[in-house]
This record gives sequence, structure tokens and C-alpha cells, in this order.
Amino acid sequence: MKTPTEWYLIVSALLFTIGTVGVLVRRNALVIFMSIELQLNAVNLTLVAFSRQWGNLVGQVLAFFSMTVAAAEVVVGLAIIVALYRKRGTANVDDANLLRW
Amino acid sequence: MIGFPWLTVVTFAPLAGGVLLLAVPRTARNVLRWWALVVSLAVFGLSIGMLAQFHTGLAGYQLVEDVRWIPSLGVNYTMGIDGISLFMVLLTTFLTPIAVLASWNVEREPRAYFFAFLLLETATIGAFLALDLLLFFFFFEGLLFPMYLIVGGWGGRRRAYAAVKFFIYTMAGSAFLLLGILFLYFLAGSAIGHSTFDIRRLAAMPIATTTAHWLFLAFLAAFAVKVPLVPVHTWLPDAYAEAPVAGTLLLASVLAKVGAYGLIRFNLGLFPEAALYFRTLMLVLAVIAIVYGAIVAITQTDAKRLVAYSSVSHLGFVVLGTFALTLQSLSGGVLYMVNHGLSTGALFLVVGMLADRIGTRDIRRMGGLAARIPILAGVMLFFGLASIGLPGLNNFVSEFLVILGTFVTTKPYAVVAVTALVLSAIYFLWAYQRMMHGPPVIAGASDDGGGEGEEAAPEPSFAREDHRGPLRDLTAREYLIVVPLIAAILFLGLYPKPVLSRINPSAQRVVCVETIQAKRLQPGQCAGLPASAQGWTSYTPLSGSGG
Amino acid sequence: MGLIPYVPLIPLAAAVILLLTGKLWRGRSAGWLATAAIAASFALAVALLVKLDAMPAAHRELAHHVYEWITVGTFTVGVTFQADPLSIVMALTVTGIGSLIFLYSIGYMDGDERFPRYFAYLSLFVFFMLTLVLADNFLLLYVGWEGVGLCSYLLIGFWFERASAANAAKKAFIVTRIGDAAFLIGIVLVWTHFHTLEFAAVFAGAGSTAFTTRSATVIALLFLAGAAGKSAQLPLHTWLPDAMEGPTPVSALIHAATMVTAGVYLIVRSLPIIERSPDAMTTIAILGVVTSIYAGFSAIGQDDIKRVLAYSTISQVGLMIFAAGLGDPSAAIFLLVAHAFFKALLFLSAGSVIHGLHDEQDMMRMGGLRKAMPFTAVAWIIGALAIAGVPPLSGFFAKDEAVAAAGLLGRDGLWICGLIASFLTAVYMGRATFMVFFGAPRYEGEPHEPAPVMRVPMGVLAFGTLFAGLLGVSPTTGILPTYLGAPVFPSNAPSEFVLDTIAVVLALLGLGLAWFAYGSGRIDWVALRVRFAWVKRPLQRGLYVDDAYGLVLGDGGKLAAAALAAFDRSWVDGLVGLVAHATESLASVGRRLQTGLVRTYAAAFLLGAVCVLWFLVLRAT
Repeated sequence: MKTPTEWYLIVSALLFTIGTVGVLVRRNALVIFMSIELQLNAVNLTLVAFSRQWGNLVGQVLAFFSMTVAAAEVVVGLAIIVALYRKRGTANVDDANLLRW
Repeated sequence: MIGFPWLTVVTFAPLAGGVLLLAVPRTARNVLRWWALVVSLAVFGLSIGMLAQFHTGLAGYQLVEDVRWIPSLGVNYTMGIDGISLFMVLLTTFLTPIAVLASWNVEREPRAYFFAFLLLETATIGAFLALDLLLFFFFFEGLLFPMYLIVGGWGGRRRAYAAVKFFIYTMAGSAFLLLGILFLYFLAGSAIGHSTFDIRRLAAMPIATTTAHWLFLAFLAAFAVKVPLVPVHTWLPDAYAEAPVAGTLLLASVLAKVGAYGLIRFNLGLFPEAALYFRTLMLVLAVIAIVYGAIVAITQTDAKRLVAYSSVSHLGFVVLGTFALTLQSLSGGVLYMVNHGLSTGALFLVVGMLADRIGTRDIRRMGGLAARIPILAGVMLFFGLASIGLPGLNNFVSEFLVILGTFVTTKPYAVVAVTALVLSAIYFLWAYQRMMHGPPVIAGASDDGGGEGEEAAPEPSFAREDHRGPLRDLTAREYLIVVPLIAAILFLGLYPKPVLSRINPSAQRVVCVETIQAKRLQPGQCAGLPASAQGWTSYTPLSGSGG
Repeated sequence: MGLIPYVPLIPLAAAVILLLTGKLWRGRSAGWLATAAIAASFALAVALLVKLDAMPAAHRELAHHVYEWITVGTFTVGVTFQADPLSIVMALTVTGIGSLIFLYSIGYMDGDERFPRYFAYLSLFVFFMLTLVLADNFLLLYVGWEGVGLCSYLLIGFWFERASAANAAKKAFIVTRIGDAAFLIGIVLVWTHFHTLEFAAVFAGAGSTAFTTRSATVIALLFLAGAAGKSAQLPLHTWLPDAMEGPTPVSALIHAATMVTAGVYLIVRSLPIIERSPDAMTTIAILGVVTSIYAGFSAIGQDDIKRVLAYSTISQVGLMIFAAGLGDPSAAIFLLVAHAFFKALLFLSAGSVIHGLHDEQDMMRMGGLRKAMPFTAVAWIIGALAIAGVPPLSGFFAKDEAVAAAGLLGRDGLWICGLIASFLTAVYMGRATFMVFFGAPRYEGEPHEPAPVMRVPMGVLAFGTLFAGLLGVSPTTGILPTYLGAPVFPSNAPSEFVLDTIAVVLALLGLGLAWFAYGSGRIDWVALRVRFAWVKRPLQRGLYVDDAYGLVLGDGGKLAAAALAAFDRSWVDGLVGLVAHATESLASVGRRLQTGLVRTYAAAFLLGAVCVLWFLVLRAT
């Protein structure tokens, strides 16, 4: 018997929520990135689950795209964080508030 | 159409000269100022040529240029001149070379400075000549920028504050103007089937009463700030006092007139019925300006602010003449604009010359100057007497005409306005006596280090002479500035006929034709109007191509 | 006739030349130029007089239109000069007495560093005064009117290094301007009624029934206000005593003979309008005589020799206006002409005394001068006797003709007031004469008589004072009255002889009283001054009218103006500032959105994304 798609969706939602909360709450830039990754992977899970449900490969292909974009984004993001860390000596996101009023 | 596009040439020649000016290196001050002088004199010459083309006795717009500009929006480049705007343009072109001469010794960034002045000249002339509302708005706003630069860049100690205040205040009024213009545009779309900004068509268009009233107020908002009328006048003392002398000259003599001109051309011309409805309000505001400006002028200790407030008082007369709606009062009002530009402008120049020599504009720190610089004292007395309306000099003619015209229809306002005669004598003679009469005060002797408030502080000086040194009477350059003004004032006082004969038909058209649509005010004076004074009551639609 | 414009224009030319090239004129040459110019004007005026005389009495008028000045629609004013009997008499007075005073000035102002400038201003004054009297319309008259005010300002403040002179000049200009403003409204009113400002047309229309008495009254009162300002009548008289700060020849010419009489000229000229309102006429007469009495009393309390003469002028001009208000213009003008002679003579004599005593003006420091300065003393005494009204000097004929007119018209109340004024004249003139020229000398130094160039004009004026009475021996048949238009007195009038006798008796009484108090030595008047200081002080201060003005209008006005200025600064400008602050406050609330924290922005992203999704979902359902 197939596992109901809803269960996958619930798991995915939970993962996404955890990731969102992590982005909003955590101060360390790396942890924020990890949370973003978590969000992206949650979305991937959703895509694959739907792919399984409809019986076509569309979702899986999209998941591939998503993973590629995630990878690229991580590369750029980590580069920025490293540069920032080298300049500021901190990875704390709250310290980069020069655009404050 | 017409052969030589006089109006466009006169309007844009200063800008062309200014652009060429930008090619000169910024340190070549001599070349820069001579070039600016040559350009402004050439423009004056061109405007005389334009004057020669003007037909006296015709009331309508002459030398009209009508070119399609943005057809999809219905915006045209339309310029025209009539008796009312003719002398405004001449005043501008006459005073700009004098302003250049007055700024001869500018130290800082002369290239930008003179370019700003030429740009200002273009925008002001354009504002007087535009017959298309959007074009007018373009020039109207356009003259704010160079003025802001001039005040802010080369002004006195509080120039930043004054410049910003001036800019924002005026622009706030203009916001309403833009609203009104756009509203008219769309109204035209439904009323005559063709959205347009052309004031000739808009004047012929019927507008619902309440709409006209709101539009009148919208236009009034902008022009009231510009003139200025009390109580929206408080930008004026700061801007006039902090601007460099040439800037104040043009501010008072020309920019203020754009506002008064706007009241005549647009408020009266486009909304005659609303003008009649609001007539009492406008007359009251005018009279308040006259008396209020004069009284506050009495208390001023800064010479420039004193003349600035006197300017408010004089411009009240112009508005009074405009809304008394008789031929004499309107003609007098237009003539007053010219006269005021000359006499008050001259006073500002003289005050500037004094400040250059003494290092302060504070009247209380001057004394007994007439013994040491008699010619300058005499010149100042001459201009002051012209300003307070001594018969034989220019202001008297226009002042009397305004009072006469106002008295005919609305007696109380004329009577109150006459008190200005006494009040103006009080503030001017007090200032003159304090500065010129009495035992001579050694310049700078009362320099106790701390100034008495901001008005007393010396401003960046354009004079080469060290102002703590011996007082020198007029230099050759200053003679060049002063003599044309004296000649003009005497001429207009003794023989105003050539000017009046050109103003009268257009003024008569505004009073008789355009307000007759609303209500016949002075049946006697409009009967038997010659055909030429009917102006252009029939509108010929635009042809397909511009030429 | 083409001659007329040259009468004012020649002095104008002299003025312009001297203004522009003043420094080039060495020594006293500038004075001679100016004197030549005004003498030329006088000659032209005489020529015009001859010409006019040759014309039939009813049409004595010459006009010359120079050019059209202002034209707007139906309103048109031209520069046109006219010569008729009234204006020629005025012109002759101005240029004649003026020439003599110019001559005197050459001596008086000799050595002053601004000598040419002085004569430029004087010539300019003559130009404006002549424009005033030769104008053929009200606006041109107004040009001259204000012009003489300007020249008065320039000349009173000629020695402007003295703060008192500068103040006096300013005061003169401003006080007269109050009258000028009223006058201007009167002119505007004339236009609204008659649609022209030309005298001929206006006066022709004044007789019509369409011109109501009420309108006439308003116009007349406005003109009176203007005249009161220019001629220093109550309540606008306070500038004249202070105007004595100017050089004495200026006081003689402007503040005795000519400018202050401009108001009289205006009223006489406008009589066709004013006569339409009996109330206005009475008001004018009352104002004239009340001013005259007030000034007479004030003159008694003055110690400065020039201020005595100043108040005397106010008093005499009051009598002229009194006569005009009674409807006897020829008496008014006759007094004007005679007064020009003897007042100028008195001022020049006073100037001679001041000059001789090295700028001493306080009569307490004079006394017994008739021995040291006999010529001046004789000149002064002639003038004093004339003004007091002793026959057969001109003053008797002129002044008493004015006062007698009231009696002849049966207006006894006014007549008695006029007599009081005359009596006071004799008293204060006697007092001044005895204080200065008689008694024990109280002065210091060696006084000297003036130079010949100053003595000649004094002599000519004395001669005129003695014999000018011939111009109007009888109010109805004299030369001047017939020339100007004699009044018609009711047949039951008391005889002229009786009235004149009463007047002479009063004059002698007044002089006798003055002699008794100051000249006879029987009364220690020096001690009396101290004892009666409580009487003298108010008289000297002109019953504190000027001081009251200073307090109420001067200080009060300054307070009001300062209050308005403060209002402007704090409230009106404050409103603008308020707008700026309001904008700033709003902005400072709004800017808190910009936390600069990445997390806040991330939350904003989330919120936005949710909203968009919600919207899309809602739309799909």
C-alpha cells in the first residue's frame, strides 16, 4: 500500500517551518544558510512526493533544478560570508546593520 | 506663420550663451564674466528688436509661435506676447546685464554662477511668453533650480536654510498649480472634445462654476506664494536677505512678477467669473499685504530685509490693481510691476554696495555716511524716493493709477492703500536717516566681536576692497549699474506714455472682454471699444503642421 | 503762450546743472548762477503779467500744453501750464521774494562746504513751487506739492551731521505726507465726480446740481487736510517749529513765504468746489482762526528767535486760511503777498542777528542790539510793525482786511477770534522786539552787521513791506482785489473804517503791553519768567501737542509695529516651521522600519510572500 502523499507533505512542511524559524531567529550567518538549505530540501521533498503521486517525472526534474540553484547560491553566499568574516571578524548577522536609520 | 521666431530666440539665447559658457575653463574669470555680460546685452538687444516688431494698439497675442510638441499628449510649444508680458520680458532682459555687472567680483565658481543666471533668464522669459499651460509650468518650475543654486551657493550665512525654504515653499504651491493644470486638461477633453493645454482654447471653454472656483484657488496657491501674498510670504525675507545682491535683484524684480503675471494671465484670464467671486478676498489680501509689509518693514534693522518687506507692500499694490478690475487699476498694476522691478531692484543694489563697503547690513551699525560717500547717498535717496512714490519718478504714476482705478469701484480698499504713502515714507526715511545722516560713524568701530544676531553678521562680500578700509564712493562699474536705472526711472516717471500705450489695449481686453463674460463691471469704459482692442476673441484651430 | 513753461524750467535747469557739476563751481559763482536763473523767471513772470493785463478781465488766462503725461482709457493728464491772475500773483511772489532770498543766501552760506548743493536744492524748490502754482490740473499741482515737500526735507536737513536737523527733516516730510495722502484721495474723488482733473473743466462742473453738497464737503475737507499738512495748521503743524533747524534763508523762503502758503493757494484755487459746501467753508474758517490763536499763544512762550517766527508763520497762515474760509480769497492772497514781504524780512533780520552773534539763537542771550546792529534793527522793526498791523504799513492793510472780512460779513464770533489773533500777534512780536533789540545787552562778543550782499535784499524787502499795502488799500476796490476778484459784502455791513480802527487800537494795545512788560524797565520780566514758568512752559512746548504725538503715534506706533513683526516672526513663520517639524516627526516615526537587520528584512520577505500566496489562492477560489 502506498504511503499517503499527505504524510510526505506534512514532513516537508515541518522541515520548511524549522528552516524558516531558523532563518528568522538564528544570528549566525552559517546557521542561517543551513536553515535556508533545510527550506530548499523541504521543497525538494514536496516536489518528489508530488512526482510520485502523479506518476511523472516533472517534480523530480524540478527538484534537480532546485538542487542546482541551491548549490550555486551556497557557493556565492559562503563566499560573501567568508569575505564578511575576514573584514569584520564576526559571522553575527546583527552586526552588519550599517543601513540602520 | 511668422518669419523670424523672435520669441523663441529671445527665450533661448541666454541658455545658448550659457551652454557656450560651460566650455570656458572655470578659472578664467575674466572671460567668463565678460562673456556673460556680452550674452546678456545681446539678449537685451534682441528684446529691443522684438519690441520693434510689436504693434502698439493691438490687444491680442502677437508674434505667436505654435508648434506641435508632443502630439499624443496634446502639448504644443506655443509662445505669444501681448502688452502685459512685453514689458516683463524687457524688464528681465534689461536687469540681467545689470545683475551680471553687480556680480562682477564673484570669487567662487564664477562659471557655475553665471550659467545659473543665464539659465534663470531663459526660464523667466519663457514663463512670461508661454501660452501653453504645461510649457508655462515647465518654465515656472525651471526657474526654481537656478535660483536655488544661486541662493544656496553664493548667499549669506543662512543661505542653506533660506534656499531650501524658498524652494520647498514655492514648490508646494506649484503642486496645486500642476493639479489645476491637469484637471483643466482633462476637462478640455470632455468639454471641447480635445484635451489641450493651450490657454487660448481653455479661455474660450465653458467651465462649471464650482469647478472654476476650485481651479482658481489651485492656481492662486502657486501664485500667492510666488508674489508673495501675506500670509504665505515668510520665505521672502530669508531668501531676499541671504541671496547675493544680483540674486536678490532678480528675485525681487523678476521672479515675483511671474507670480503677479500668473494672476493676471491665468486667474483672471481663465477664470473670470471665479475672479469676480473671489474679488473681495483678493482685495483684502492685497490690502493686508500693503499695510502689513509696510509696518513690519519699519521694525527691520537689516537693510535688505527692510527692502524685502517693502517689496511685499508694493506687490500688494499690484494685486490690488489686478483685482479691482478697472482699466486704470489693471494698467496701473502692470506698470507697477515694471516700476517696482526698477526701483526696488535698484534699492537692493545700493544696499549691496553699502554692505560691500561697510561689511554689514545692520542699519544700527551705520551712521553719517552721507558725509563720506555723498554720491552713493544721493543715489540711494533717489531710488528710495522713487520707491515711496515721489511724483515725477516712476512709481508715482503706477501707484496713482492703481489707487484711482481701485477707488472707482471699491472705495475702502483704496483709502487703506493710501496709508502706504505715509508708512513707506516712515520706514524709508528712518533707515536713510540712520544710515546717512547724523555724525559720521567710523566703519567697523563698533565691532565688538559678537554680532547682534544673525542679521548683523557680515556676509561673504563680492567687493575687492577691504571693507574695513576707507570708504570709497561709486566706482566706474557701479556708475554703469546705477545710471541706466536712474535714466529708466526718470523716463518712466516723466513720460510713461510709450509703455502705457502698449499695455492699455491688452489690459482693456482682460478687463472688458474677459470679465464681461461674467458680469459687466464698468459699462461706461467698455462701450465703444475699438475693434483692435477686442484682441483675438475668435480662436483659429491649429493647422495640421506647425509651420 | 510759449513763455509760461520757461518760468519753472529755468530754475530747474540751474538745479540740474548744479547737482551734476556742483564741485566745479568755485567760490560763490554757484549762488550767482542760481540767482540769475530765478531772476530770469521773475522777469518772465512780469512779462506774463503785462500780457495778462492787456487782456479783457473776464478772459485772463494763458495756457501752454507741453505734452501728454498719462493716458489710460478715459483718464488722461497732461503737463499743461497756465497763467491766470491768481497763479501770476503767486509766481511773482515766489520768484520775486525768492530772488532776494537767493541773493541773501550768497552771503549767509558763504564758506559752507556744500555751497553749490544748497543752491541746487533751492533752485529745485523754486521749480516745484512754480509747477505747483502754474499747473492747470490737480495732478500736476500734486507733483509740485510733493516736490516742494522733498526740497523742504533736503533743505531742513542740509546740515545733516546734526541729529536734530536730520530728525526735523524726517518729521517734516512724514507729517506733511499725512496731509498729502488725504489730498490724493481728494484728487481721486474729483476725478470720480468730474472725469477730468483740469481746473477749468472741474470748476465749470462744480456749479451743476449733479455735484452734491455732500461730495463737495468730503472733497473740501480732504483738501483742507492736505493744506493743513503743507501749511502747518492744526493738527499737522508740529513740523514747522522744528524746521527752523535749516539755514535761515531756507526758513525765510520755504517756511514763511512760499511752501507753507501752498495750502492757501490750493484752497483759494479750489473755492468753486469748496464754496458748494457751507459747512466746509465754516470748518476752514474755524480751523484757520483757532490755529492762529493757538500759535499766537505758543509764540509768546518761545525763547528761540526763529521759533517765535515759526509760530508766527503758523498764526498768519491761519489767518489766510481763515479769510479763504470766509469766502474772501483776495484778502487771503493779499495777506499771503504782504506776509511774504514782512515775514521774509523778519527772518532775514533774524538771520542777520544770528550770523552777527555767531550762531546764537536764544533771545535770552541777546538784548540791546539796536545799538550794535542799527541796520538790522530798523529792518526788523519795520517788519514787526507791519505784522502787528500798524498803519500805513502793508501788514495793517492785509491782515486787517482778512480779519475785517469776518466783521463785514456779519460773522461776529469769528471776527472777535480774528481780533484776538491779531492782538496776540502784536504781543509776541513786541516781546521779541524788546527782548532782542532793547534793554540791557545780555550777549557776548562783538556783533557785526551783515555783508552788503545780505543787506540789499533786506532793504528791498523793507521797502516792499512799507509800500505793499498800496496793493489793497480797500478790500473791494484795491488793485489786488479787483485783479483777483473782489468779494461782495452785504450792504448792512459795518463800515470798514470802524473795523479798522478797532484793529489798530488792539495792535497798539498789544505793542504797548509788550513794551510795558519787556521794554519799559518797570517790570523785572526776567524774574517773572521764573515765577510764571508753569504758564510759560506749556506755551513754549506748544501746549504739548508735539509731545503727545511723539508719545502716542511715535512710541505707540513703534510698539505696535514691533508687535506685528514679532507676530510675523513667531506665528506666521512659526506655522511654516510647524509644517517642517510635523514632516520631520512623521518621518522619524516612519524610519524605524529601517532596522538595518537582515532578519527583519527576511521577515518582511516572508510576510510579503504569504500575502501574495493568499491573494492568489483567494483569486483562484
